[in-house]
Amino acid sequence: MSGHAAAHADHGHHHQSFFQKYLWSTDHKVIGMQYLFTGMLMALIGGFTVYVFRMQLAFPGESVPLWGTVTASDYNSLVTMHGSIMIFWVAMPVLIAAFGNFLIPLMLGCDDMVFPKLNRLSYQIFLISVLVILSSFFVPGGPFGGAWTAYPPLSADPAYNATPWGATLWLVAVALEFVAFLLGGINFVTTAMNSRAPGMKMFDVPIVIWMIVLASLVFMASVGPLIAGAVMLFFDQRLGTGFFDPAAGGDPVLWQHLFWFFGHPEVYVVLLPALGIVAEVMTTFSRKKLFAYKTVVFTAIATSIISFFVWAHHQFVAGIDPRMAGLFTVTTLIISVPIAEMMFVYIATLYGGSIRLTTAMLWALAFIAEFLIGGVTGIFLGAAGADVYFHDTYFVLAHFHYTFFPIAFIGTFAGLSYWFPKMFGRMMNETLGKIHFWGTVIGFNLIFIPLFLTGSGGDHRRIFDYSLFPELEYLQPLRILATVGLLILIAFQPVFIYNFINSMFRGKVAEANPWRANTLEWVAPSPPPHGNFAEMPVVYRGPYEYSVEGRDEDYWPQNVPGDAPGEPAGQSAGQVA
Amino acid sequence: MPSWFMQQASSFAPDVDNLILLITVIVGVWFVAAEAIFFWLIWKFRARDGVKAQYVAGETPREKRWVSWPHYAVLVFDILILVVALRVWNDIKISAPPPEERIRVVAQQWAWTFQHAGPDGELDTADDIRTVDDMHVEVGKTYYFDLHSRDVLHSFSVPVFRLKQDAVPGRSITGWFRPTVTGEFDIQCAEICGIGHGLMPARIIVATPDEHQAWLSAAASGAVPAVTAGAAPGTAVVARAEGDGQ
Repeated sequence: MSGHAAAHADHGHHHQSFFQKYLWSTDHKVIGMQYLFTGMLMALIGGFTVYVFRMQLAFPGESVPLWGTVTASDYNSLVTMHGSIMIFWVAMPVLIAAFGNFLIPLMLGCDDMVFPKLNRLSYQIFLISVLVILSSFFVPGGPFGGAWTAYPPLSADPAYNATPWGATLWLVAVALEFVAFLLGGINFVTTAMNSRAPGMKMFDVPIVIWMIVLASLVFMASVGPLIAGAVMLFFDQRLGTGFFDPAAGGDPVLWQHLFWFFGHPEVYVVLLPALGIVAEVMTTFSRKKLFAYKTVVFTAIATSIISFFVWAHHQFVAGIDPRMAGLFTVTTLIISVPIAEMMFVYIATLYGGSIRLTTAMLWALAFIAEFLIGGVTGIFLGAAGADVYFHDTYFVLAHFHYTFFPIAFIGTFAGLSYWFPKMFGRMMNETLGKIHFWGTVIGFNLIFIPLFLTGSGGDHRRIFDYSLFPELEYLQPLRILATVGLLILIAFQPVFIYNFINSMFRGKVAEANPWRANTLEWVAPSPPPHGNFAEMPVVYRGPYEYSVEGRDEDYWPQNVPGDAPGEPAGQSAGQVA
Repeated sequence: MPSWFMQQASSFAPDVDNLILLITVIVGVWFVAAEAIFFWLIWKFRARDGVKAQYVAGETPREKRWVSWPHYAVLVFDILILVVALRVWNDIKISAPPPEERIRVVAQQWAWTFQHAGPDGELDTADDIRTVDDMHVEVGKTYYFDLHSRDVLHSFSVPVFRLKQDAVPGRSITGWFRPTVTGEFDIQCAEICGIGHGLMPARIIVATPDEHQAWLSAAASGAVPAVTAGAAPGTAVVARAEGDGQ
């Protein structure tokens, strides 16, 4: 750790202008906040798009307040933008980049990322990708309307998709976003490998850091084929090549392989950090050691590896050799085993705890309760014989929203409620937090339980008006119910925004360790200054030593020298440092 | 289950629904058990004054069995689901009974064209009957369909048959079905295909052999039938059949 002191001295503490401090900073915390606020703003846009198209589905043809009449072309653009924005510009930046940047150096006990300038570049490229995707709302033809999966030939030829500018801008934005996260991922992995506090062994690393690092590795290993695919698709669109054009000897199904080879691991790229956040929150508020820490790490590694072998379950009926479906059904059902194991471990962690239902804990528990629904419904879709019916219906949509909503929103709200005192040095209001929690969770279930039913009833996806399908007409009340659920969900979000902004400036001042937690970020002042720690911490034990027998306190921070038998002060630090 | 919402009208529809029922029962039991234990633990171990949490590392085999046994059980149930799922998949997509008639389905932005074999029962002969957005089949007969696309990806989906297959430009994809119930049902396009994706409904008319013969001869003689077979009495369905006069 000789780099520590030198790097710290480099930072300097001279007066900085607003521009230098908040927009051109290399401080991991500022970059984390840049990603967080950008992601939250994008969530508002992603939320607005879903509001417009769900209103159209509930009340077809009627003018939607704040938008107007929704044309078929608008509808396709809106669903495409909703999916793309929520995954690439909300879930990714918030879960990986915001929490990763903020937490990794703090929880590892170092002063910054190993490559601070690369980190700044990562956000700047990400910001450009945001501007590119937003600009597509203002070009002729509007934003891309070929669904977030961008299957060619629809996405390859403006004559087919009718969004000539939008399609190319979408591709450019996605490619830029991937470059940004590649740079971020390099940083995360390198920092976790090299900058742990003295004494912190790999199995002393908090689960959330493990998860973010594994997610970065999965992302980096899976994104290559899609970047190649994006370049090929760009050439097809703009230079007249025919990689995906059968008339020119290409094959449209090739894109699906390239897309889903990235696309399915991507699910785990965002799932793992959310699971990590939930582990931190659950252990703190049940005052319990995480049940079977190593099992969690190994199942996460297993999941990461298996996630590379399941992609074609998105393509069972896509024209691939039907015998291949057998193979991918096997791998898909196998991946349910480590994920189920992880759920069992989290549930077992509650056993014998002293559970306090703070806002953060409610979110973490809701994650488990809701994600279980997403998990078990995945079995229907992984089983090829059942997927024939469910493929591309609202059942699929409800299934993956029961995974993505807990990941991108419930997990994020758990993390924000928990780390808010560290981020801003003030406490959030618990009453407002709980009002927001119940409104969001009830609204969420009210949206997607009806959509499981419409999907089972045969509603196929991305249809802008069901009136042409007489067999599906009787499902309209369920569609309206889902839209009502969405309006409830949206109605409760201002509570969060108010609570967040108000608490940032006027909340109760937070102490360094308000939750009495063990991990190193709580050693730093709230909020941590540039350089994080007044005195660089040394680690003596794992992150979850809560309620250790024979101690007065029910927590035992990682940096407090040991006094239990068998662990003399400083011994474990001496072994590794 | 799909059969609660939608009729089963093909030979393999009950197999698909039974598989879905089996999965529902298995994952339903697991789900309810997991949620019940979860909420019970939250209630049982709520924070109380003077009660300290226990220190359980979950590292010894004795503790770990609480998660490892359920995890082996998950694996066993996965294998059970796998076996049934692959059998159903095999019946629908891999091993088909021999064809009794062939029919060609061509998707394009945004319409379906159906090329029926005509009175001689052979595809690609002079008496073929082409229709747009109306597909005519005979109940109880095994059909092979050749699926084509003229432009982008589409997906040929007949929910009552539990049948779905993407149409890929440049490829001819073969599938099969055997209708078991007469009537008129929806055909959907289940893959986004552009602005008119929602405007691509078609109808499949499953008729008795006699009714089907009547439609065949009417269509083959160039006469456009006023009422398509299988429609409810008194319902004038506008037939969009285009007997191309060959």
